Amino acid sequence: MQKQRQLEADRSTLAVSTMKQKRVLLRQYRWRQRVVLPYLFLAPFLLLFLLFFILPLGYALGISFYADRLVGGTVFVGSQNYLQAFQDSSFWEGVRRMLLFMVVQVPVMLCLALIFALILDSGVAKLRTLFRLGFFLPYAIPSVVSALLWGYLYSPSFGPFAQIASSLHLPAPGFLTDSGMLASIGNIVTWQWTGYNMIILYAALQAIPPELYEAALVDGATGWKVARYIKIPLIAPALVLTCVFSIIGSLQLFNEPSIMKTLAPDVIGDHYTPNLYAYNLAFNDQQYNYSAAISFTLGAIVFVCSYIFMLVTNRRRLR
Amino acid sequence: MAISINPPISTEAHEAHLSQNKRTRWTRQSLATAFLLVFLVYFLLPFFWLIVSATKTNPDLFTSFGLWFASDFNFFNNLGDLFTHDGGVFLTWVWNTAYYATCGAVGAALIATIAGFAFAKFQFPGRTLVFAIILGSIMVPSTALAIPTYLLLSKIGLINTPLAVILPSLASPFGVFLMRIYAEQAVPDELLDAARVDGAGEMRIFWSVALRILVPGFVTVLLFSFVATWNNYFLPLLVLSDPTYYPLTLGLASWNAQASANGGAQLLFTLVLTGSLVSIIPLIVAFLFLQRYWQGGLTLGSIRS
Repeated sequence: MQKQRQLEADRSTLAVSTMKQKRVLLRQYRWRQRVVLPYLFLAPFLLLFLLFFILPLGYALGISFYADRLVGGTVFVGSQNYLQAFQDSSFWEGVRRMLLFMVVQVPVMLCLALIFALILDSGVAKLRTLFRLGFFLPYAIPSVVSALLWGYLYSPSFGPFAQIASSLHLPAPGFLTDSGMLASIGNIVTWQWTGYNMIILYAALQAIPPELYEAALVDGATGWKVARYIKIPLIAPALVLTCVFSIIGSLQLFNEPSIMKTLAPDVIGDHYTPNLYAYNLAFNDQQYNYSAAISFTLGAIVFVCSYIFMLVTNRRRLR
Repeated sequence: MAISINPPISTEAHEAHLSQNKRTRWTRQSLATAFLLVFLVYFLLPFFWLIVSATKTNPDLFTSFGLWFASDFNFFNNLGDLFTHDGGVFLTWVWNTAYYATCGAVGAALIATIAGFAFAKFQFPGRTLVFAIILGSIMVPSTALAIPTYLLLSKIGLINTPLAVILPSLASPFGVFLMRIYAEQAVPDELLDAARVDGAGEMRIFWSVALRILVPGFVTVLLFSFVATWNNYFLPLLVLSDPTYYPLTLGLASWNAQASANGGAQLLFTLVLTGSLVSIIPLIVAFLFLQRYWQGGLTLGSIRS
């Protein structure tokens, strides 16, 4: 009898404890489902992201506050590298050149891309698939190869443009001269990226429901008016996206000028673009600390430019 | 029966009107097509010049007209020279590029698919913040990253190894962005819930249910990562110094630098041109055959923004 009672008591305590255990288990299970599992899925990416984005950025930021001295080795110098960068005329010459490049090349490229996209979307032209693929093709080839190709085309000795000019008894066009170089590089970038931007804008245009402008067409609006007042405002987000990417890309130009440098070493110096300057500081002069400061200053300029651009376009869109 | 509000017009005038319409439409069509044709010539001219030049001998490259074939068709000799020059190092570069691009692209696409799926289908603390940081990193200048990456890799002794090119290319923030949007649209929550009711674990659900639906997005990320790694120049330039590890971009640029330094006296110019032609063929083929995927990818990216 006593045994029986003991057993029942045991059972009830056991029941209580299993209930507690269950609750704990449930909480653990929920935590595992809500936190551990998603981060397990993210783990491979986050690990690589930390190693190859966050860590290099942190490291570069860190070393940009130090300097290598002949006496005393590596010492902490605070913001001195940045102050030096702000007074470095070589750096600002490159930045000014890239700003000039950006202000001319980006609008030309995006206007062309927008015109092509509108024509293809409106269905006016024939052979549309051919145009879409043909315009996009330059994007598929490495920027090094396109720079090489155009470099040969520009060549004053055997480039076809120079050949045509000489057969007409004209002087060879100065693609690779001091005054022509920036435009020549701009042409390479435009050639390579117009089709890419065109496809993004074209995709955005295709996503507009036709109901939105059918009414306007019935009312007798011309194709141009539909484009100006309906289509372009509707694809504004895609236009902003292509603009921001183009601004980022043009400010950090490197491949094209570095290939052109082998063809015209007198024209392209070691600080023709800010990125070329950072590269040469690091790998020709071994000034890693100062190079990191230059890279960060350039990154800040890129960020400020894209931020200002987005601010301006956002405000205009809200109006 | 639609009610016409137009005043009745005689059939003759109507027909004249119609043919006038047809004529203006025809003019507009040919004007637009001609306009695009002019630019098509611009975009394809360098390709045509490259094909023509790859068929020439080095002297012909300088003496014959650039935009037409020379009398001496030398393409196969150039091809032979290309693959035997410098102990056949070009073939090594082709192999290296294919190896880096394949490893980098398959890895990057798989990792981005898993991460994008998690961002799309799980609610977890820190989701918005982590995703915002990843998106922000797309804005970071790639060259600002390359120099510190080089310094870090050299600290752990990975400089001048294939891993120095492959590992950094495995992290693709743009791929994660694309896969998140794709997974949100393509994988229905009901399907995942049904699999959960059937008692399948989350890992199993991902591998055997979701992954199959995510294949088109996976191929898109694969294609973009493949092209990015295939075309990469700056990072290999920093981290590789041994020509036997070079990818095509670096190898061709080094030949070009040699050729320019020697004033084109060697046969290197024809090799650079033939090599450029050979190096872009795989990419052009990939883009032509996988049109659906890159166009789909760019569509996703542009609509979401």
